[in-house]
Amino acid sequence: MGDLTRLSAAALAAALAAREVSAVEAVQAHLDRIAAVDGDVHAFLHVASDAALAAAAGIDAQRAGGEPLGPLAGVPIAIKDVLCTYDMPSTAGSRILEGWIPPYDATVVAKLRAAGLIPLGKTNMDEFAMGSSTEHSAYGPTHNPWDLARTPGGSGGGSAAALASFQAPLALGSDTGGSIRQPASVTGTVGVKPTYGAVSRYGAIALASSLDQVGPVTRTMLDAGLLHDVIGGHDPLDSTSLAESWPSMADAARRGAEGGILSGLKVGVVREIAGTGAGFQAGVRTLFEQSIGILAANGAEIIEVSAPSFEYAVAAYYLILPAEASSNLARMDSVRFGLRVQPSDGPMTVERAMSATRGAGFGAEVKRRIILGTYALSAGYYDAYYGSAQKVRTLIQRDFAAAFGVVDVLLSPSSPTTAFQLGSLVDDPLAMYLNDITTIPANLAGIPGASIPIGLAPEDGLPVGLQLLAPARADARLYEVGAAIETLLEDRWGGPLLAQAPALNTAKEA
Amino acid sequence: MSEINADLVRHLAGLARIDLSDAEVASLTSELAVIVDSVAKVVEVATPDVPATSHPLPLLNVFRDDEVRPSLTVEQALSGAPARDGDRFTVAAILDEEV
Amino acid sequence: MAKDALLDYDTAIKLYEPVIGFEVHVELNTRTKMFCGCANAFGQGANTNTCPTCLGLPGGLPQVNGKAIESAIRLGLALGCEIAENCRFARKNYFYPDLAKNFQTSQYDEPIAHDGAVVVELESGREIEILIERAHMEEDAGKLTHVGGATGRIQGADHSLVDFNRGGVPLIEIVTRIIDGAEADAPEVGRAYVGAVRDLVKALGISNARMEEGNVRCDANVSLRPRGSGTLGTRTETKNVNSLRSIERAVRYEIQRQAAVLESGGTITQETRHWHEDSGTTSPGRPKSDADDYRYFPEPDLVPVAPSREWVAELAGTLPELPASRRKRLRAAWGFTALEFQDVVNGDLLDAVEATVAAGAAPADARKWWTGELTRIANVQGVEASELVTPGQVAEVAALVASGDLTDRLARQVLEGVIAGEGSPAEVIERRGLRVVSDDGALIAAIDQALAAQPDVLAKIRDGKVQAAGAVIGAVMRAMGGSADAARVRELILERAG
Repeated sequence: MGDLTRLSAAALAAALAAREVSAVEAVQAHLDRIAAVDGDVHAFLHVASDAALAAAAGIDAQRAGGEPLGPLAGVPIAIKDVLCTYDMPSTAGSRILEGWIPPYDATVVAKLRAAGLIPLGKTNMDEFAMGSSTEHSAYGPTHNPWDLARTPGGSGGGSAAALASFQAPLALGSDTGGSIRQPASVTGTVGVKPTYGAVSRYGAIALASSLDQVGPVTRTMLDAGLLHDVIGGHDPLDSTSLAESWPSMADAARRGAEGGILSGLKVGVVREIAGTGAGFQAGVRTLFEQSIGILAANGAEIIEVSAPSFEYAVAAYYLILPAEASSNLARMDSVRFGLRVQPSDGPMTVERAMSATRGAGFGAEVKRRIILGTYALSAGYYDAYYGSAQKVRTLIQRDFAAAFGVVDVLLSPSSPTTAFQLGSLVDDPLAMYLNDITTIPANLAGIPGASIPIGLAPEDGLPVGLQLLAPARADARLYEVGAAIETLLEDRWGGPLLAQAPALNTAKEA
Repeated sequence: MSEINADLVRHLAGLARIDLSDAEVASLTSELAVIVDSVAKVVEVATPDVPATSHPLPLLNVFRDDEVRPSLTVEQALSGAPARDGDRFTVAAILDEEV
Repeated sequence: MAKDALLDYDTAIKLYEPVIGFEVHVELNTRTKMFCGCANAFGQGANTNTCPTCLGLPGGLPQVNGKAIESAIRLGLALGCEIAENCRFARKNYFYPDLAKNFQTSQYDEPIAHDGAVVVELESGREIEILIERAHMEEDAGKLTHVGGATGRIQGADHSLVDFNRGGVPLIEIVTRIIDGAEADAPEVGRAYVGAVRDLVKALGISNARMEEGNVRCDANVSLRPRGSGTLGTRTETKNVNSLRSIERAVRYEIQRQAAVLESGGTITQETRHWHEDSGTTSPGRPKSDADDYRYFPEPDLVPVAPSREWVAELAGTLPELPASRRKRLRAAWGFTALEFQDVVNGDLLDAVEATVAAGAAPADARKWWTGELTRIANVQGVEASELVTPGQVAEVAALVASGDLTDRLARQVLEGVIAGEGSPAEVIERRGLRVVSDDGALIAAIDQALAAQPDVLAKIRDGKVQAAGAVIGAVMRAMGGSADAARVRELILERAG
């Protein structure tokens, strides 16, 4: 067996099932890779080496004993730090939760373990998932493996960078306004935001309850489908979880990769986010148009559609998200868990301890959004702000409904730009917010979306992602179409895009 | 133009229980003014005939049976406590002594 | 704490019209909490019934207890409310260390039940209709214990301890509309209304309805309107008044206090006040800086509740006879006067009397025993009368009195024996030898002896002055040690004398 860290999760799983490699070997290979490169990348906030090796040994023993195992049993996985894990700190990238080990597992984490996947550790993220660059982590930024001076996107930059630097074959992310798709786009990896309610949110530290969705972060659509099949499905602990049964997403990806499904497919291009507007990088537009050309050449019918309300999506999002977040984060109060900071002077009351703790424990972006959300919900402003934003949500859903009345899937660039330089937008929150224009509408409407790599922008040689959107509950369609495009592109490239990524320096710590 | 000013920011920070330095108040005041001006455009299309959507996928009547599930153990419940006294969480006095 | 000036109550009422309103919180007796599967149990070890949801841990999510929704709908129907076709939960945001999430999941502009009415009857027989504005579902907070300081109160405490077992317990809050026109009866209206709600939730079986355990808690709003003025005065909200008697006292106190403030030219501050059971006074509560801005918004972690009309109709079919109509029916059936009936109701003895009558006792006898001797003993022992003996035992004793087998005095001894745990009435009678002497032979001997000792009485009886027999009855009863039936003794005296 060659370098185990270069295998797709599907290939590694096949090797494990065939007993060509052991789970312990697979885990050790990834731990070695982490030790070698994560000093530069900083994808992980916590690495659970001993627990991972022990769990892997357990899987190997089960396999040796002939016990029935799931398709991904023994495959290592990185977990975004927004998800609660009973045996690892879960900080959501915040100082206020430093060292906090939850007394329970998020439902998706419990499902991973039950399916025999091996948690490697927790990945870095913007604090409480607020950000598009992972620079808002209290524990320092993650670096983009394609160019360490650039951000890996956010908020799930840690998971995406871990995949792009071969530190893990799979990862979990969460997507509130693009936090899975945008990092996938700028790191040349794959990310899927399932339909709202398709994957349980129980145990995911909430940013904005009506927007958050947990999903797979991988290097291939098939891997994403395999992981989606493990984590998806109804959870009675999440009241917004959908109760229906789902088709296998892995099967959908395999169907797509076989070819043929593009013929006659109606592909919509949303004029408002098609890459022609201000803020879209030229190379992003070029590669997007190339992809559309490839689809058309393979029999897809390209139809331009309009979504006039998208113009208001970012505004609505930056009212709804801060409003819900201001309430969701109120529990970080120094009473039952987490940081406690005493006021430096004056009377010692619990109210002052709460304010001192939150003042010291939250970073600038979190404070900004909590204050904004508090304002948006305040008496006298609610109707104008939160109420209006919820109406915009209706309009965006109508735009999608109209579009999906005509087309099967919608396509756009996943992000207006390739990875930006660390520090370039951190002091300009509004510019950072506008960067989410392509991904936000799906969260507002609850529909599924995916990002797959479509090449390197000519001007900077950095990855560009294609966003696929499907109607609510039609997640399988994303996997079919995404895998079909992925197969066509890899045929052209002669292999995965990530094979073109620069090698990282492994000499220092290896 | 929004009416965000330093006093309003201080008031909101009080409601949200976040101590802010004067420098933070100053930067938040200018940042929020810009952001609020930008997001306020939602009112342009939020006409009375448009219903609000609070849940992206409409579900109704999701209820749980009234059956006891295992709770955390007391040790688990208190495992993250910054301060405890026996089996309870300890917090500073609610009122300051002047009352 | 400075002592409040109070105006004489009658003077206060002469000058001002009291305007009142109540918010009653009813704790449901569901097996689990409102939004998680933790046990809803009273009196267990601290923090034994908590989970990530009710402890407000990061990642915790709520799941609605369907049984609590059912209870809320049934209570709404019993209050004569309309049941919403569609309603939602909302978050009420404020920070307090007993509120795990620092928001209370409640209902705001869309309560599950609204616009009902309850008729309450005062001791005078006056009936007042209380309009219900709304009844909504929400969750309770945890329990704070204040440590340090002399009194265990929040004032002067050094620090506080938090137990979240009660956090997330289902509550229904019932809010009245403004009640004016109660006039001098306002305090009694408060007591009667909260008593009516308590009886209602008990009859529905949705709450343990024990006020002393906080199952039913009342906030009383009081304001005064100067006579001849059309505008409402500023109101105060007195929190957590947790017994019927205290509600009456607290309303009365606030009327007198506010009247004194107004009469001295002062103004009433809109504030929450605390009721102090020991001193019978109210004092200003902590100023709640967030109270003006709870930043309500629809709870995004829960989906709307839309009770189908079929479900509502089905639940309407499960309502028991409601306390007010039951009282009307029983009073008519038993033929009690208003005062007699009120005695039974005030003693919380309706169930006991009804069961005793069902076991065969005459209503008047059942009432007499329960409101008389048994209440007296219960008061002495500091327990409820209904805990002393069973209705069946009371009916058995009453039957023995009616048949002449026991005198009232013996019957009291029998009940004493039963209460002391000596067994059933029959067993007590047997062991203590309490049966009335009905052997005429023994009686006749005692009568003959008594008549012989009082020849003048014998002469009077023979002259037709039968009331003179009383003197002999007394002597005979003494001779028999009380264990004789006085009526039979009288009969025999007249026989022997005649």
